[in-house]
Amino acid sequence: MAQTIGQYLKRFQAGETSEAAVEAVLARIAADSTNAFITPFKAESVRAKAKEVDQQRAAGQVLGPLAGVPIAIKDNLCMRDTRTTAGSKILSNFVAPYDATVVRKLKEAGAIIVGKTNLDEFAMGSSNENSAYGPVKNPADATRVSGGSSGGSAAAVAADLCAASLGSDTGGSIRQPAALTGIVGLKPTYGRVSRFGLIAFASSLDQIGPMTHCVEDAALLLKVIAGPCEHDMTSIDQPVEEWTHNVTQGVEGLRIGLPKEYFESEGVDPEILAAVRATIEKLHEQGATLVEVSLPHTEYAIGTYYLIATAEASSNLARFDGVRYGHRSDDVEDLIDLYERSRSEGFGDEVKRRIMLGTYVLSAGFYDAYYHKAQQVRTLIRRDFERAFQDVDVICGPTTPNAAFKLGEKTSDPLRMYLEDVFTISCNLAGLPGISVPCGKTSDGLPIGFQIQGPAFREDLVFRTAGAVEAAQ
Amino acid sequence: MAVTREIVLHIAKLSRLALDEEEVVRYQHDLNQILGYVAKLDELDTSEVEPTTHAVPTAMRLREDRAESRLTIDRVLMNAPAQEDGMFQVPKVVEG
Repeated sequence: MAQTIGQYLKRFQAGETSEAAVEAVLARIAADSTNAFITPFKAESVRAKAKEVDQQRAAGQVLGPLAGVPIAIKDNLCMRDTRTTAGSKILSNFVAPYDATVVRKLKEAGAIIVGKTNLDEFAMGSSNENSAYGPVKNPADATRVSGGSSGGSAAAVAADLCAASLGSDTGGSIRQPAALTGIVGLKPTYGRVSRFGLIAFASSLDQIGPMTHCVEDAALLLKVIAGPCEHDMTSIDQPVEEWTHNVTQGVEGLRIGLPKEYFESEGVDPEILAAVRATIEKLHEQGATLVEVSLPHTEYAIGTYYLIATAEASSNLARFDGVRYGHRSDDVEDLIDLYERSRSEGFGDEVKRRIMLGTYVLSAGFYDAYYHKAQQVRTLIRRDFERAFQDVDVICGPTTPNAAFKLGEKTSDPLRMYLEDVFTISCNLAGLPGISVPCGKTSDGLPIGFQIQGPAFREDLVFRTAGAVEAAQ
Repeated sequence: MAVTREIVLHIAKLSRLALDEEEVVRYQHDLNQILGYVAKLDELDTSEVEPTTHAVPTAMRLREDRAESRLTIDRVLMNAPAQEDGMFQVPKVVEG
């Protein structure tokens, strides 16, 4: 039985030790066959941290909200004195000199961090097959992917290797793997959570978020990691709320928007549409109003994303040059040779492809036609949502067009893989909060995800709806 | 094909990537395929549309103009592939 954060905390209150709880987790991590972790932490150090929490508890000290709870973090988050690879060969030996803000907050909350999870290299991918450390297998079916890029974080939660994990989401990288593995995954509003210490992929799209067994845990974990940060100038000064209160609020009177572009879309698994519609019907029975809305620029979102995200990535990944950290090629002739060889040897295929595309769209003669155009279409996509949110409180639909696919099924065609993100990607372009909540299984027994998107900084509405979806299952 | 072999080689140079022949051919194909898909955006009239540079509208937050150092030299150099005298060591850049 997978243990939620809430259940761990109850067990500790009832007198169980963190040491005992963590021992069970360590055993499961040692036996793990999903390849969820790139760096599972040494058992002795995890035990030592758990013992520390137990001693503090016994001494009657005031403990943080996650005291003794085992949490895993995606390996694109810097953790001080810990190997941080971003799923890449180019950082295979990189030891982070500082903690990301979210890692510092987890530590302050008393969490026991059990390891760094596997991901698509530099968070570029939708299946975790782009990792230099091997693919992640779906705990629901070992012949299938866990999704990506936070595949390891998703599998770690789904396989009960931790109470919860942190992932990152640039075009769906928390929500899609959450949907494919049958867990909850939230991408907060852009600026809600500090990106300081997150190895950047696309700076105007990246957000860190919780991946959990249940909606209440996501609300709890968001409260721990959210808040403005002086080291991230894109983090917004918005108050952290008691989102756990929204989880049980119910949907009476809530206006739910159903975009016709999502439901009329060809190429969506009919079983997924059926499960999503059944859940929507249940919400309607509970007092929600259903409103058809239109997001007319949905079909342009993937194209827009792959111009903006790759352009930003080409800039962000320029720092990996073999000079200050990471892989440096041996026996180079000169500085340019050092850059070219270190990068070519260190980066994987998908990363190189995206750097090339990004460099191209930003280059002289092409900038206006591609990058500038994409930024304008991004405005149109944002306006679609603003218009819709004048009539509805939240927007609902499927998280993904299909359930977990087989390992190797989509790797030969990059564009085919990109289309996985059709429902999740607009959310990042518009900077809105979005969550995936499990809503049933396909006839193959594969998890189905229900996605809820809300207006900027209205995670309260998202949690309200998500809690109702979960309760209706 | 919008992306010619010459463009691929030029972009590789700008990106500081050394591609082998197989990669040049493959990335030329991939870039053309992706850009072919992305050409869809030309269906839209964006002549009156402001570009979005920032996902969520915000004002620049200011702070005191005070020097702060989060990392010591040791920490900065801890991952250096080559270092000397508290500096990163690289192949010679300046001639003579």
